[in-house]
Amino acid sequence: MITKRIIPCLDVKNGRVVKGVNFEGVSDVSDPVALADFYSKNGADELVFYDITASFEGRKLFTDILTDVASKIFIPLTVGGGINTVDDFDRVLKCGADKVSVNSGAIRNPNLISEAAKRYGDQCVVISADVKRVGNEFRVFAKGGREDTGLEAIEWIRRCVGNGAGEVVLNSIDTDGVKRGFDLEMLRAVLQAVNVPVIASGGAGGIGDFVDLFKSLPTVDAGLAASIFHFGEVTIPDLKRELKNNGINVRI
Amino acid sequence: MIAIVDYGVGNLFSLKSSFRMIGQDAIVSGDKDVIAKADKIILPGVGAFGDASRKLRATGLDRVVISEAANGKDVMGICLGMQLLFEKSFEYGEHEGLGLLKGQIVGMEGRIPADLKIPHIGWNALRFRKESHLTNGIREGDFVYFVHSFYADGCGDSLIATAEYGADVPAIVGKDNVMGCQFHPEKSGNVGLSILKAFCEGRK
Repeated sequence: MITKRIIPCLDVKNGRVVKGVNFEGVSDVSDPVALADFYSKNGADELVFYDITASFEGRKLFTDILTDVASKIFIPLTVGGGINTVDDFDRVLKCGADKVSVNSGAIRNPNLISEAAKRYGDQCVVISADVKRVGNEFRVFAKGGREDTGLEAIEWIRRCVGNGAGEVVLNSIDTDGVKRGFDLEMLRAVLQAVNVPVIASGGAGGIGDFVDLFKSLPTVDAGLAASIFHFGEVTIPDLKRELKNNGINVRI
Repeated sequence: MIAIVDYGVGNLFSLKSSFRMIGQDAIVSGDKDVIAKADKIILPGVGAFGDASRKLRATGLDRVVISEAANGKDVMGICLGMQLLFEKSFEYGEHEGLGLLKGQIVGMEGRIPADLKIPHIGWNALRFRKESHLTNGIREGDFVYFVHSFYADGCGDSLIATAEYGADVPAIVGKDNVMGCQFHPEKSGNVGLSILKAFCEGRK
């Protein structure tokens, strides 16, 4: 049976990984290739590279780095950030990405997902949604969580999947950075609405939060986190051992 | 030299890189002569069967792969490339494959329990079904990375390894010099690289 996936997310700005502490055996933790290699060797099931550069030069650096990572690391790579057109898909897929995650780009251009899915297949298109509670509903936010789009999130995600998104990353703005666990309520609502893999993001503070996630929501497919891995608060081998001890199927 | 057949389907960057990683000379090519001269052939592919088999035929590379396989050259299909080696597929209609392996490609829908998600995406463990040089460097239970919604049925004695996903999903197949992996060895870490290496080293 398929394993639950653990996915570190690396934010890249001007060719360097943002934030992190030193790991033994990694000479430069802001070097995307060195860090990707470290995570891959330590049991990461997949890596997400998020381009937070705004400039043209930064974009170029990002694709150079992606090429470098993809020629040395042989696990699935997902790329996000600045994906607004099918040409953007093309740009990162040529550099060795396997999946492309869209966020604000899909809000601005409702046809982006269907066009990309038609050309590259559903398995290649990931909808990444930043979601926050507003009143009684879950609302989609754009521009890195700064702008309320007014879109009801569950319906929006359902529509994206209907258009061909093969996977959903649900990032709860409400739990992000709080480190008190994933947003189980929000995740449950999404899991009930779609039948493609759902990746939980936002809120992991420790190993227990991942155990909780997979025990409470057996149909969730993966847990994604950034800072707890980059700052060494949680190591992936420890995390996976604990998941296994709790009867959760992981790749060790 | 290994020829990775380029017929306009899918992204061959990682596949080419993975051969470089294991110290093998691989070339991505759609040139019949280059493929005919290569020591071994890799048939890649992602996307829909009908579209891919049409493209393969349109380029005439289907005949090169078939004749080189008939000459005894080692051929390995990967993901959709593996599916193309079989007789036919029922993915959105009925399409003819290369017919190098016995069996047909059928959808998972309706054949696996309804609570399992389709596509089958992620890391799954291999169970060995028969001896093969391809699995010499790996162990039963090792994980490989799958992304697919259709699978090979009726493989008979070409079954080398399966993965459990509500059904025994053929993961590695092979008969004599014609082989295939349903999963992506170029995305399956060291386990995948070991399988590619075993393919390059050849049958003993």
